Formats: sequence, C-alpha cells, structure tokens
Amino acid sequence: MPDVQALVNEFLIKLKKRKIEGSQATARQTAELLRSLISQQRVPYTNQAGALIDAVKAVGEQLIAANPVELAVGNIVRRVLHIIREEDLSLTTAAMAGLNLSAVSDDEDDADHDDHPVLSAAAVAAAARSTLRAPSLQTLLEDVTDAAAVPHPSSSGGDSEGKSKSADKSSRSRKLKHDVIEAVNELIEDICTCHEQIAEQAVEHIHQNEVILTLGSSRTVLEFLCAAKEKKRSFRVFVAEGAPRYQGHLLAKELVARGLQTTLITDSAVFAMISRVNMVIVGAHAVMANGGVVAPVGLNMVALAAQRHAVPFVVLAGSHKLCPLYPHNPEVLLNELRSPSELLDFGEFSDCMDFGNGTGSPLLHVVNPTFDYVPPKLVNLFITDTGGHNPSYMYRLIADYYSADDLVVQRRPATGS
Amino acid sequence: MDPRRAPRTVIDPKVRQVGFFAPPGRSHSAPPEIVSSSSSSSPPVSDLSPSGNSLSPVMIPPPRHSSDNRPVPLPPVPASPLRRDSIVSGSYNPSDFFTATSPTASSYVSRMVAVGEGEVSDDVAAVLSPGRGLARGSLVKAFAAPAVTGASSLPSGGFDLTAVKASSVPLSGLTTVSVVNLPPGIAEKTGGGSVEVQNDIPASSKPQKEKSTKAERRALQEAQRAAKAAAKAEGSKGPGAASASVTQAKPAKSAKAPSQKNENASVVGSEKKGGDRAQEKDRKKDVPHPRMQYDDKSRVEKAKRRAVVKQTEARNRVELFRHLPQYEHGTQLPDLQSKFFQLDPMHPNVYKVGLQYLSGDISGGNARCVAMLQAFREAITDYSTPPEKTLSRDLTAKISSYVSFINECRPLSISMGNAIRFLKSRIAKLPLSLSESEAKASLQSDIDRFISEKIILADKVIVKHAVTKIRDGDVLLTYGSPSAVEMMLLHAHELGKQFRVIVVDSRPKLEGQLLLRRLVGKGLNCTYTHINAVSYIMHEVTRVFLGASSILSNGTVYSRVGTACVAMVAHAFRVPVLVCCEAYKFHERVQLDSICSNELGDPEAIAKFPGREENKDLNEWTNSENLQLLNLSYDATPSDYVSMIITDYGMVPPTSVPVIVREYRREHFWI
Repeated sequence: MPDVQALVNEFLIKLKKRKIEGSQATARQTAELLRSLISQQRVPYTNQAGALIDAVKAVGEQLIAANPVELAVGNIVRRVLHIIREEDLSLTTAAMAGLNLSAVSDDEDDADHDDHPVLSAAAVAAAARSTLRAPSLQTLLEDVTDAAAVPHPSSSGGDSEGKSKSADKSSRSRKLKHDVIEAVNELIEDICTCHEQIAEQAVEHIHQNEVILTLGSSRTVLEFLCAAKEKKRSFRVFVAEGAPRYQGHLLAKELVARGLQTTLITDSAVFAMISRVNMVIVGAHAVMANGGVVAPVGLNMVALAAQRHAVPFVVLAGSHKLCPLYPHNPEVLLNELRSPSELLDFGEFSDCMDFGNGTGSPLLHVVNPTFDYVPPKLVNLFITDTGGHNPSYMYRLIADYYSADDLVVQRRPATGS
Repeated sequence: MDPRRAPRTVIDPKVRQVGFFAPPGRSHSAPPEIVSSSSSSSPPVSDLSPSGNSLSPVMIPPPRHSSDNRPVPLPPVPASPLRRDSIVSGSYNPSDFFTATSPTASSYVSRMVAVGEGEVSDDVAAVLSPGRGLARGSLVKAFAAPAVTGASSLPSGGFDLTAVKASSVPLSGLTTVSVVNLPPGIAEKTGGGSVEVQNDIPASSKPQKEKSTKAERRALQEAQRAAKAAAKAEGSKGPGAASASVTQAKPAKSAKAPSQKNENASVVGSEKKGGDRAQEKDRKKDVPHPRMQYDDKSRVEKAKRRAVVKQTEARNRVELFRHLPQYEHGTQLPDLQSKFFQLDPMHPNVYKVGLQYLSGDISGGNARCVAMLQAFREAITDYSTPPEKTLSRDLTAKISSYVSFINECRPLSISMGNAIRFLKSRIAKLPLSLSESEAKASLQSDIDRFISEKIILADKVIVKHAVTKIRDGDVLLTYGSPSAVEMMLLHAHELGKQFRVIVVDSRPKLEGQLLLRRLVGKGLNCTYTHINAVSYIMHEVTRVFLGASSILSNGTVYSRVGTACVAMVAHAFRVPVLVCCEAYKFHERVQLDSICSNELGDPEAIAKFPGREENKDLNEWTNSENLQLLNLSYDATPSDYVSMIITDYGMVPPTSVPVIVREYRREHFWI
C-alpha cells in the first residue's frame, strides 16, 4: 500500500509539472498506475466492487486535480471504474445464472442470497442492459435508484457471502480483482495498439494522388499516413509546422524518412494552400461528448479554412481520448498557457516587460495557449479504433466506454462511507 | 509640358502655375516656421493656399481628402501640428521618406556637376563633389539614419522636419552656396527654358536672380494653361476619361508652339500605355499583361540569357508552384557584389537597391516602392541621352532594364509595378520640345510628387480616417507589421485613446516583433502571440486592422501570408476587419486563390531555427527529394472577410475597389 501511494505521488508530481507528453502516454501510465493500485488494494469480504471503486475514485480525483486539462487521465479513471462495475456485474450475473441452475436443487442454502430472489435475475439483467446502454433520459432521471441498483446486487451478494464462510467466496473476490486487472490490461493493450487499429483504416480514406494537410505532430497521424503509404498509395502531404513548438518539422522528417512526398509550410500559409488540399487529417488532444475537439493550437484556424473550401476535416482519436464530458467555454477552461519564452527569447523584451504604465501591470503580455477548441460543426469525421463516426455520434460511442455514474469522479459523502 | 499635366487641374491659371511648382514648393512651404528665415519662401506659400482651397470640378468628390487627386499641391498639411507630430513619430517614418526625397537639392547639385562640368570651373566642381558624395551617401542610408540624410539634405527637406533636420538646415547652407553658383550655368545651357529646374533649386537660396525670368515664364505658361484648362473643361464633359484626355490634347495644341505640336504627336505615337486614340484600344490596354510563367521553358530560357543575376534553380521545387520562379537564395549575393564594378549598364543606385531587395534589407510595400523610385530618380539624374537617340525611348528602355534587374533580385510587388507604370507613362508623355535637363527635372519632380502624394500623404489620410474607428476600450488586433496600421496606432495613442493592441506574428519573418518593440517603446499596451493562437485571442478582440500589399479589383486583398487566416478567424468570430491600403496599390487584376500568383521566399528560412537545437537536423533532409520547403510570401484574402477598406479616398467596402481602380487609375498617370 505505501509503495502504491509513492507511485501515486510520483505520478501526481509528473502530472503537475507537465512532464508527461501526449495523451497516449498519460493514458497508458494512468492505467498502469490504477492497475497496480487495484492489485494492491486489499479487498474486504463485503462490497468488494464498492471498495475498489472507492479506492480508484480517491486516487482518480487526485490525478484529475493534478492536471485538469489532461482529459485522458479522467477518461482512464472512468474507464477503470466502468470496468470494475462491469466485471462485478458479469460475475454477479454468472453467479446468478449458476444460482438459477442450482436453485432447483439446493434452494435453502442460497435462499439468503437475496431478499427478493425471484426479482434478482431480471433485475440484474436489466441492470446489465442499463450499463451497456447509453445513459438514457430515464436512467439519468432515475439516477439514484439506478446507481443503487448496479452495485447493490454485488453488495448484497457480498453480504450474503460474508454471512456464509464457504471457500468459493474468497475465490470469487479474488476472481473479481483478477478479472478487473485482466480488463485493465486489455485497456492498456488497447491504448498501446490504438495507432495500428486506426491506421488499418487508412486505405479506406486515402486514395491515389491525394493531397493531405496536417498541422503539428501526432503519432496517430504519422502511423495513419504511413499505413496508407505501405499499401502502395502515393499521395502528398502538406505539413504546417505548428507554432509555437514547431513539431511539424519532426513529423515532416519522419514522413520523409518513410518515403512520403512531404511539403513543409508555415502555419500562415494554411489558408493559401487549403484550396489545393483534398483532406485535412489531424490528431486530437481530446474528443468531447458533443463531438467537439480539443486539439493542438492552430487547428481551429485550419478547420475554418477547410470548411471554407469544403475540404473534409478528419480527426484521428484513440478511444482513450474520448471524454464523456460536455465542454463549457473550452477555449479558456480546457486550455493552458505555456511559457512566453517559446515565442520571445528570454531577455529579448525584458526591458519592455519590466516597466509598467503606472498601474503596475506590464505593457507587454505574451499569450501562448496550448490548445484550440474545434466545434463539432467543423469536423467531418472522427476515425477511432472502432471505425469512423460522425461528430453527432460521439456521445453514443462514449456511452459504450463509460457508465453514467462515473461522469463526476468525486466521492460523494454517501458513497464514501 | 501639357500632356504631363493632369486633365483635371484647377481652372485658375495662376493656381495651376503654382501647381507646377508643386513638389519642391510644397516641401519648402509646408513647415513655414522652418523656412521662414528666407524671404523667398513666402511667395510659394501664398500661392499655395488658393490652390489648396479650390476644388476640382470633376469626378466623384472624394469625401474628405479632395486634394489628393489633384495635381496641384495639397493644402499645407501641417496645419494641425498634432498630426504632423504623430507622423514624425511613426517608425515607418515618413520623415525618413522625406529625408530620402530630400536629397532633391543635393541630387540636383550632383546632376549639375554632371551637366555643367565643362563650363563650371574646376574648383566649383571640386567644391561640389563632396556634396555629391554626400547625396549618394544619403541615399544609401536613406532608411537608416535620418541624421545623416538630414545633414546632406538641403533646405528642401522641409515638411516633416524633425528636430534633427531642422538643425541641419544651417548645415546644408554649406552646399547651398555651391548651388547658387550653378543655376546660371544651367540657365545658359537650357536656354532659359527650365522653369522647374530653377524652382527645384531651393528657392530660398537665390530669390532675386530668378524673379525676372520667372515672371516671363509664368506669363507664357499661364497662357498655355488657360488653353488647356478650357480644353479640359470640355473634356470633362466628354463621355469618358479617355476621350477626355484626347480632347484635351487637341485644343491645347492650337495654343502651343508648333514644335510642341509635333512633339505631342510623337508622344502619342511612342506611347505604349496611354494610347488615347480609340477607346476600345484603350480598354484593351487596360487589361494587364499576363505575367511571366516560369513553367514555359522557352520563355524562361530567353529570360535567363538576358538575366544579370545568375540564379540557380532550387533543388526541390514545389510542383504546384512551377509557374513561379524558384531559385536558390543566398547564392547570388556574393556573385552580384563581385560584379559591382563591371556592370556598366546598371546605375549604382539601382544596383544597390536591387541588392538590398535581395538581401531583404528593404521590405514592406511602401519602403520597397520608395527605395526603387529614389534609385530611378538618381538614375535619371545621371542619365544623359546618347547621341542619335530620343530621351523618351532610350530612357524607357533603360528603366525597363533596371526594372528587369530589380525583378530578378526580387519579384516586383504590385505597388512597384504601379509606380513603374506611372514613371513610364510620364516618360512617354514628355514633350519632345523639352531639353534634356528639363525633361529630367520634370521626371524627378514627378517621382517626388508620386512619393509624397501617393505614399506619404496617402498614409496620413488613411491614419486620419482609421483613427475615427478606434474607440476607448477597444482591443485591436494586427498581423505582421503593416506600416499604415502602425502609424494609425501611434496616432491614436497620441490622441489619448485608451486601447490595447494584439500583435499576431508568424514565422519565418517574425516582423511582428519589430512592430511590438516599437509600439511598446511608445508606451502602448500590447499583447503578443503567434498566428495559431489567433482563434484563442479573437474572443477579446473588437477590431482587426490589417495592411495590404495590394488590393485587386475583385476585392481580394493580396497581403503578407497569414493575413487571410487572421481575417477568416475574425470573420468567424464576427469581428470587423479593416484593411488599410494606399490607393496606389490597387490593381485591376483579379485573383481567386493564392497559388496562381505569389512570391516564393527562401525555403531555407523555414528549415532554419535560430536558437533551437532540436530542429536543427531538418537541414540534413533538405537534400532529400521527398521533402520540399514552401515559403509563401503572400496570400489572397477573399473579399467577404473584409468589412472595410480604408484608403486615401476614404473608407469603402471591398465591392467598391473596382470603382476606385477605374475612376482614379487615370489620375495616377495623368497627374
């Protein structure tokens, strides 16, 4: 336990200092941290899932607070919570199925299992369905009952098992943890391989002699383009360099190394060149539930230019980038300002920055935001590891990955007890 | 002389007479407090004021700035000291231009040396030659050090004199002494026909000597003018401006000497641009020539054979831009420098300006245009018609060769193209009766007038208009380093308006940093950001002010690359976009995209990162044929992103651009 706490603290500091680059790395590390957390978490006999959920939530809350802009952290925390719930549910249903089979033979032994044994199977099935389904208006409205319904079978099951002292109960608790860790491993696997899965779809979207524009650097985009290249498609790529970090240079270098026809342009030339471009393919920082994209700075400009010239604007995003939240004022709230030194060299304007205009505020401000928000109407297509989707479909896709209860990862006083 | 006068001049012959003296006269008279020491400065001033008040009876009355389309001198501008101050303080400093133009007198000195070397005694020439050297030097540094130019500028440098220059007036007295000796020599040479020459020579230096001859010439000119004015009155009622100029020419002839008659005919014959015979022909000529397409192999070959600058083709040319010249940058400079003393056909000033373009020392539409005109002015000063040739033809050819040289150094901007057209049309319209020195003097005064009226005064008017669009609490965004916008911002700041400026910048030129430094130095509250963040910052912006390299007649704003992006984002955020552009940069061409016509900058500039280590290794890839670096210089902003164009004729919507091009185009050439 203490070493998990140390891990958590280390990760927290990394997040706070923005040491981790890219949402994919963040997502993977978060998942690994949560995995070790879960594996080390001592599970009580009663309400195992609840205990796991609480532990994950406690850590998740800290992680999210450490870097609220890095939405991937929150996404992964929610994904893990969802996994726990699902595994627990499937265990319960399995147990229930076994129960129903054996119900005929030894009804008395397990009669204590539920207060309402007749209802239980149907209730569990309904709960299972409800978690798999999107949070419909009904479930949202019945949030309290629903939230109670999902963990309750397990907790009641746990209770029942707590009462009985049979060996298979401890094995079952171990099984839950085992299953959860298995699922988290799968999640990590998914995160690591999302590039390949997205890249597989490249040939379906890139045709011969296509002209593609991208801005900045994204590993997903790189893999996507290279996958198309490997399939013997020949096309040309315009890379905008992507101020202030100019990572487009790195991307251009990689593309050239892989034999793609690459033209490096300045960001300011995007509007000039977009009229000769067939498709804009960019990576994203996060995809919001409304289909809006939090993307590297400059992409809103590119998206507007693409819209003007009716050029498809395609966003590649791994499923770990899908965020179940709806953005409010994302340009400001989901953004962070980086150091002015990326724009002006240190000391270059120090003489101007020092003196104020009497009010004490300096004359010169330097604004260097990290992200841009691209509204859903500017996006034509999302390509995730599960295929291509409309912006308007994102909410539904997101419902597959998250349960509605976890949207707010804050322990309510009630659940904390 | 007549065809050079604009068709629509003021009726009063006396005024028009003054108009003739316009550029030098204005430059003297404008700051009366400075020139007041000399007695002779008062007549031009008194002559000026009526001309300033009289309104031209023709065409669309421009809203406020009625004087600009008139060839007569503008009303004494420094009427409001406030405005003058503001402009002096601008960092694209019109006073710089004026110092650039101010060598007028000293260049005359040098020209006179050239002309009168035989007659004037050697010691006079010896006295003068340092002055000449100074004049040259001043041109070299015209943009660098006002102090230096101030020293060499004669009293003619008035108008926007800074304190430095004011102090330089007594200094320049030194050279004036030598000038005083000269005009007799000139008068002998030209047979007393050179009114303007003598007027160009600082009137303050020698008032009495000229009085008598001046009166005579005035009488003569007045007679001619009266005839012409009458002709013009008829002409202005005619169907179109073109026919107006035709009718204007004909009756004027009757009043003229026979020599002028055949000269007029020959002018019409030799003209390339302004053939006034038939309207259709004229209209056809209005259509701009198709530009050189660099994917046309045979023509490129031809051009190469003529070229002075040896360009090596860029290794990795961008396929899309094959029609544009794509050359290696940086290789020509040492080559050209080594050729400096061998290039006899090229005038050294032109050569120098070309090199400055090539190295990027001079950039910005106005600065480039003024530098080029200054160089041509010097070249005209030193020009002498070879035997067996006529000035108008030979000089046109000469200018053309200069232009093609400059074009090789860096493709001409549209504003420069317009200025060249102006100059050529002036040359073509020179009456044959003029002696060489007269013709040169008139061309020089034309150039001066173009610079002062079309560029410096136009900027002042734009500033005056644009400032009305700034309110307290505004957040203004600008992109790059547009000179007119900068002057406007500084002026508004001096007026005490409370506003904030956001300077948006982009690689590789990072011109915004220069603007930022100047603005912050003046105490403006600034925010600096890069172009990608423009949609982040646009939330707080209330107005966007942009500059333009040119405005095309479909309303497209052709400007520094990135302008279109800024305008597009502003449009998306419902922020008004105001484009400040002098009317001489308008062009009748149309363009829909930024591909067909553009300028490619140095591709290496994109790969290079000053002070950034991690990107250095991109250079090793520049040899790979898969990687192309594209450094566009301009882009075309669609007119629907532009809310308003602020020009010297007032504030107009982009749809009115063709009107301005059509209605005012002719004035540019017929001044």
